[in-house]
Amino acid sequence: MDTTAPDTGTTSGGLPADPDAAVRVRGLRKAYGGVTAVDGIDLDIARGETFALLGPNGAGKSTTVEILEGYRLRSAGEVSVLGIDPAHGDLDWKARLGIVLQSATESGVYTVREQLTHFAGFFADPRDIDEVIAAVGLEAKARTRVSKLSGGQRRRVDVALGIIGRPELLFLDEPTTGFDPEARREFWNLIRGLKAEGTTILLTTHYLDEAAQLGDRAGIILGGRLVDVGRVDELGGAEARVPIVRWRDADGAPQETRTERPAEFVASVVARHGGEPDALEVIRPSLEDIYLQLVHSAGAETHDDEEALA
Amino acid sequence: MSDMTTTAATAGTGGAGARAEARGIRSTRGTRATGTGGSGGSGSRGGGSRPGMLRVGVSRIGHETKGYFRSPDAVFFTFLFPLVMLGIFTAAFSASGDIVPGPGMEGVSVGAYYLPGMLAAGMLLSGVQNLAVDIATEKGDGTLKRLGGTPLSPVSYFLGKIGQVFVTAVLQAALLLLAAGTLFGIALPTTSEAWLTFSWVFVLGVATSALCGIALSAVPRSGKSATAVVIPIVLVLQFISGVYLQFSQLPEWMQNIASVFPLKWMAQGMRAVFLPDDFKVLEQHGEWDLGWVAVALLAWLVIGLVVSRLTFRWIRRDA
Repeated sequence: MDTTAPDTGTTSGGLPADPDAAVRVRGLRKAYGGVTAVDGIDLDIARGETFALLGPNGAGKSTTVEILEGYRLRSAGEVSVLGIDPAHGDLDWKARLGIVLQSATESGVYTVREQLTHFAGFFADPRDIDEVIAAVGLEAKARTRVSKLSGGQRRRVDVALGIIGRPELLFLDEPTTGFDPEARREFWNLIRGLKAEGTTILLTTHYLDEAAQLGDRAGIILGGRLVDVGRVDELGGAEARVPIVRWRDADGAPQETRTERPAEFVASVVARHGGEPDALEVIRPSLEDIYLQLVHSAGAETHDDEEALA
Repeated sequence: MSDMTTTAATAGTGGAGARAEARGIRSTRGTRATGTGGSGGSGSRGGGSRPGMLRVGVSRIGHETKGYFRSPDAVFFTFLFPLVMLGIFTAAFSASGDIVPGPGMEGVSVGAYYLPGMLAAGMLLSGVQNLAVDIATEKGDGTLKRLGGTPLSPVSYFLGKIGQVFVTAVLQAALLLLAAGTLFGIALPTTSEAWLTFSWVFVLGVATSALCGIALSAVPRSGKSATAVVIPIVLVLQFISGVYLQFSQLPEWMQNIASVFPLKWMAQGMRAVFLPDDFKVLEQHGEWDLGWVAVALLAWLVIGLVVSRLTFRWIRRDA
């Protein structure tokens, strides 16, 4: 993959914005009444990059994305999306974005083709309607009203509407929720095609495999903060990826050790144990494991804070 | 330590690029024509050939009209309802004799008497009820949020809504007049003066209704409550404004309340067109008061415009 290397460091102070950055966020905060939903986020997304934003519900993911999309106003911080402050984004700016929101429940009285043709008419240089319908795999449903489609098919219409305007930056908010496994793989191929065209993509998802498949980099939001950002295969740091060996000792008590040399270690366990240990496992932590670890330790920290206050 | 069974490595990290070529969007135009020079700086005035507000607005009118006629609820309760009511009035009171403005004066059939009221009701339903429910629903179901994320100008959006109201209101009035003249045997005016009055009352009334509908769409807190909020208002207005009940027989205080709202004036303007001149003695001041019809409708047009301008948002922006 020859995607643009993330250049988080090039924040040329004073200049309007890094021309290579599709998204640049500094010290973003958002408070609703007394509740802080986003609490100081810094983020850079390079042009052509696919960035996956992960985090549990209520962590501040959607709020952050909606600020970038121009739907919400921030309480503090600096935001630049394609060189423009989203709070003052005009129609020309919107024409450069593609936004796929979380599920809409429109009445769907238009056919797939009618809806796409109509939306294409908002843009200067829209994609070919048939090409887009084919790309989302809805050729057979082009003349069907949206209300008659299944949930997964409706979602593909959402995506089709998001890309019809040939966006430079595409926001995908939980795009494959409700997809069957095959549809999800087809969708991933579609996104790879957009990526190959140079589209910058900001993806929020609950599916860690999706982030791993599509994301060049990922960030994890917890409690309104970006607790980790990095290449998907480096998230959580090297130590989080150290293989785990689990087994039961002679008394049946579960044991666990992390080691870079699991085979050697297992051999030593066998030697000590004098035979095959029970429930032996060697685990290479997946992105999901690392993610859950981060979520848990953040949860623990929060508890500590609360206790400290008490 | 618990003896948890570890979830297998579900996330196959890496290996993403391999099949990247599979299916996707062919990039027919190679690198996209940014036209903006990509210089982040101060706003990109690129995409100069983006279709203009007016052109998109016209395409919205077609789109909205198509959507309207595909929504059975809207078609029945805002398009066909006045026709159904006129049919019921004509049939129910066919044997009850004419309505006369005074002793010894020439009267008209009940159906003919109610025709102007039904035309006014049609204008109100097509504008106020239709748009208030429609836009509130679009706010609730994500339609507006999606549109707000595209380069669609709110001006084009409202051109589409108001244009749809005009298209369907004209069809509705034509259908009412056609049914009145043929099925119900109601004599229609023959002077060009009467039709001129009809034209301006109709155009002004529909425009006012459309804008009041947009303004009223801000009131319901959710798409689901839209009909519950809008229909009672519209219904009460129809009862006190001389649509279903003969206006001259309402108590004066009720007439005065009705005079504050636009429907009474639309109905009065329409009576001026369709009833014999003698009937003006039944109006509040014994005159058609067409000047006041214009003033009242214009005033509500401005109120509707200002409130719409102040309250419209693509989404409820912040809690």
